[in-house]
Amino acid sequence: MRKIATGNKAVAEAVKQARPDVVAAYPITPQSEIVETIAEYIATGQLESQFIPVESEHSSMAACIGASIAGARTFTATSSHGLAYMHEMTNWAAGARLPVVMVNVNRALAPGWNIWAEHTDAIQERDTGWLQVFVSTVQEAYDTTLMAFRIAEHNDVLLPVMVNLDGFTLSHIMQPLDTVEPGDFIPPVHTPNPVDPAHPGGYGTITGPADQFRFRYEMERSMQQAKAVIGETEQEFARRFGRTYGAAEEYRAGDADVVVIALGTLGKEAEVAVDILRNEGIKAGSVRPRWFRPFPDLDLAGKEVVVIDRDYSFGFGGVLAHAIRSKNLTKVYCVIAGLGGQEVTYDDIAEFVRHRRIGEEFWFGVNDRV
Amino acid sequence: MDIIAEIPETEYVLKCTSACAGCGDSLALRYVLKAAGPDTVLVMPAGCTAAFQGVYPKTAYTLPVVNIAFSAAASCASGLSTFLRAKGKKTKVVVYAGDGATLDIGLSAVSGAFERRTDFLYVCYDNEAYGNTGMQRSGATPLGAKTTTTPAGKPEVKKDIDTIIAAHEPPYQATACASYPQDLFRKVQKALMFTGPTFVHVLSPCPPGWRYSAEKTVEVGKLAVTSGMWVLYEREQGKLTISPPSKAAMKNPVPLEEYLALQGRFKGIDATTVEHLKERIAGNFRRLAAEEAEP
Amino acid sequence: MYEIRIHSRGGQGGVTAARLLATAALHDGKFATACPFYGAERRGAPVVSFVRIDDRPIKVYSQIREPDLVVVLDASVMDVIDVLHGLKTGGRVFINSAHPREFAGFAAHHADLTGIALKENLVVSGSPILNTPVIGALAKLGIISPGSATSAIREMFADERNVRAAEAAYREMIV
Repeated sequence: MRKIATGNKAVAEAVKQARPDVVAAYPITPQSEIVETIAEYIATGQLESQFIPVESEHSSMAACIGASIAGARTFTATSSHGLAYMHEMTNWAAGARLPVVMVNVNRALAPGWNIWAEHTDAIQERDTGWLQVFVSTVQEAYDTTLMAFRIAEHNDVLLPVMVNLDGFTLSHIMQPLDTVEPGDFIPPVHTPNPVDPAHPGGYGTITGPADQFRFRYEMERSMQQAKAVIGETEQEFARRFGRTYGAAEEYRAGDADVVVIALGTLGKEAEVAVDILRNEGIKAGSVRPRWFRPFPDLDLAGKEVVVIDRDYSFGFGGVLAHAIRSKNLTKVYCVIAGLGGQEVTYDDIAEFVRHRRIGEEFWFGVNDRV
Repeated sequence: MDIIAEIPETEYVLKCTSACAGCGDSLALRYVLKAAGPDTVLVMPAGCTAAFQGVYPKTAYTLPVVNIAFSAAASCASGLSTFLRAKGKKTKVVVYAGDGATLDIGLSAVSGAFERRTDFLYVCYDNEAYGNTGMQRSGATPLGAKTTTTPAGKPEVKKDIDTIIAAHEPPYQATACASYPQDLFRKVQKALMFTGPTFVHVLSPCPPGWRYSAEKTVEVGKLAVTSGMWVLYEREQGKLTISPPSKAAMKNPVPLEEYLALQGRFKGIDATTVEHLKERIAGNFRRLAAEEAEP
Repeated sequence: MYEIRIHSRGGQGGVTAARLLATAALHDGKFATACPFYGAERRGAPVVSFVRIDDRPIKVYSQIREPDLVVVLDASVMDVIDVLHGLKTGGRVFINSAHPREFAGFAAHHADLTGIALKENLVVSGSPILNTPVIGALAKLGIISPGSATSAIREMFADERNVRAAEAAYREMIV
């Protein structure tokens, strides 16, 4: 059924269809609409789920962990400081191998108190063991949230999954949405070893130096296995529902001399810049990584690379740019743009490409030349 | 600090903030700041008051304001006050935080700061929900009230933060209401005469959240008190005194229905819940009257 | 791509108008996006919403800089906002007004949405509903088809007064 929906509403709709057993969540702008809509679904009987209106985000993840250990399918949503407040427990959820699904609406960190889009919040979770995907349209937000449950709960994965939406730019924009009847696309939840007095054991007990590293290794093994599971899930989604996704979305990149790489909505708006540049005779293309963890293999051979980082690692540099440098062993032109919701248009992106200086870092709006 | 007989004219809140028309919080804020005076530092976590403070490079409050993370106001104030006092400074440290920040996400920090006897005044303005993010339920939301996360009415009763604070044995704590500005002013003044920690809990009616027409804020706040849903009192060194408007309400409460009928958040509330609320009002009155009667 | 900027005050339904417009465009078989622009969003404060309509998927998320059409639901915002900012040469203005208004040489249209809403008793909490009648007015401008204007309204609102108000605005609009 085709209708107009915001990114937040699309996520809530997907969650309703995924039928989590427990939703523990706390409001924060610009995510609150997700939690409110889910609460409305539960109150009106459209979704049979336990809603726990926790008193903080640390508690939302702790509650999801508790429910998941008991065998529940769980969901939560947050942004920015909520995610940061959760950080101790996001580490825990991954280490405990729990298939929690979380939607994070990307928002800058304070101070200053800024509620607009920036990726640093999710990027700061990159070492936790969570799978992470960045979406760029309302449709993709819906489809990916559905897929997230199936991927997280797969036996070869059993790691939590974070779906990222740009704050306001995607969470609040209204775009066309086609909802589906999932049927059995998401199998019934089945976590190994749910808490059971008949089978007692410790969950996360003291673990010594001779054993801890093995658990960490197992997490990485599952993260690597996740690549195949993601691929298989996306293929099955395409077969059933007709929409195809991949680890990255390429636009006119095949024969491109220069590609623009960006996460989220900037990666989608970059396609408009690509068309403008092509009309000028510049063979541009865009590559929008969707999956950030596990980090995808991108084919950038023979191309100049312009990376837009909507994040920063102080004393180190743009995180996406560094990831590409090290994975692809290539120099890049790193543009720091969009922090705190800074407006970046397709014209700006086209300028980044026209005036690229490979090997350099450029802070849009600060450096006095493009 | 001398008690000022009259409320000073000086305003510490500049005009034309982005507060909603009829905002009870902004009304309370003005009187709290008048009572605090110029030698004051405010600590404000995320919330309505920090939102209508305005956008960089401006601020609407003519006192220094430390804006801090939602959960951390009390701990931040604790650090600030500890250092100021160590340097011999008498500058007042006042936390001005909403019910969400105080009762929910910041409760641990509040408890810690009070347990450590931080010298500060903690003012909790209570609009009975998470106002700034669009009126989701908080621990302070009353039983039966509709919010965006309790569309069928909140099933749990309001968390009694004042009793929690009392358990920390502060030298002074009080409840107040934006509709009774002189009472609020006097209580904040009094609180600031003590070496802290002190606590003032102000009911702040909220037109968009409680769903009533903006010009009715003072009326709604008064009905909260006259119906008994909100009781005005103070505890000085643990000794309770009920304030006159609530004393009157105890003798002759206005029917609760009058308070509820004014607000869209209570629309459709069922009779059982109303009865339950009335029982709680009566029980609360009995408990407080008994406490006040103790020698 | 056709770009529309809607000016209103918080609580007047400008965001809903944007949604209805996008929905109607969808019913017309087009692609559309709509987005409110949030400053400190408080009831009564000026609010801006953006709508884009195109025959192909819309990949633009940045703000509309040069609208083709400016819609003013509440004339009083013009005291604080330059509603004509960026309006394309040859662009149009629509204003909720009982009388014609001049806009620095731009083609201007008006309809008394407030009067229409009051006549249909389309009032909530003392405020007339403007977001459904405006859809009728914009259909007269050819932005969306009248049939889709109606179907979009019916998709969101059960109360037929909304459709009647839109139809009245359609009739009243002079193009």
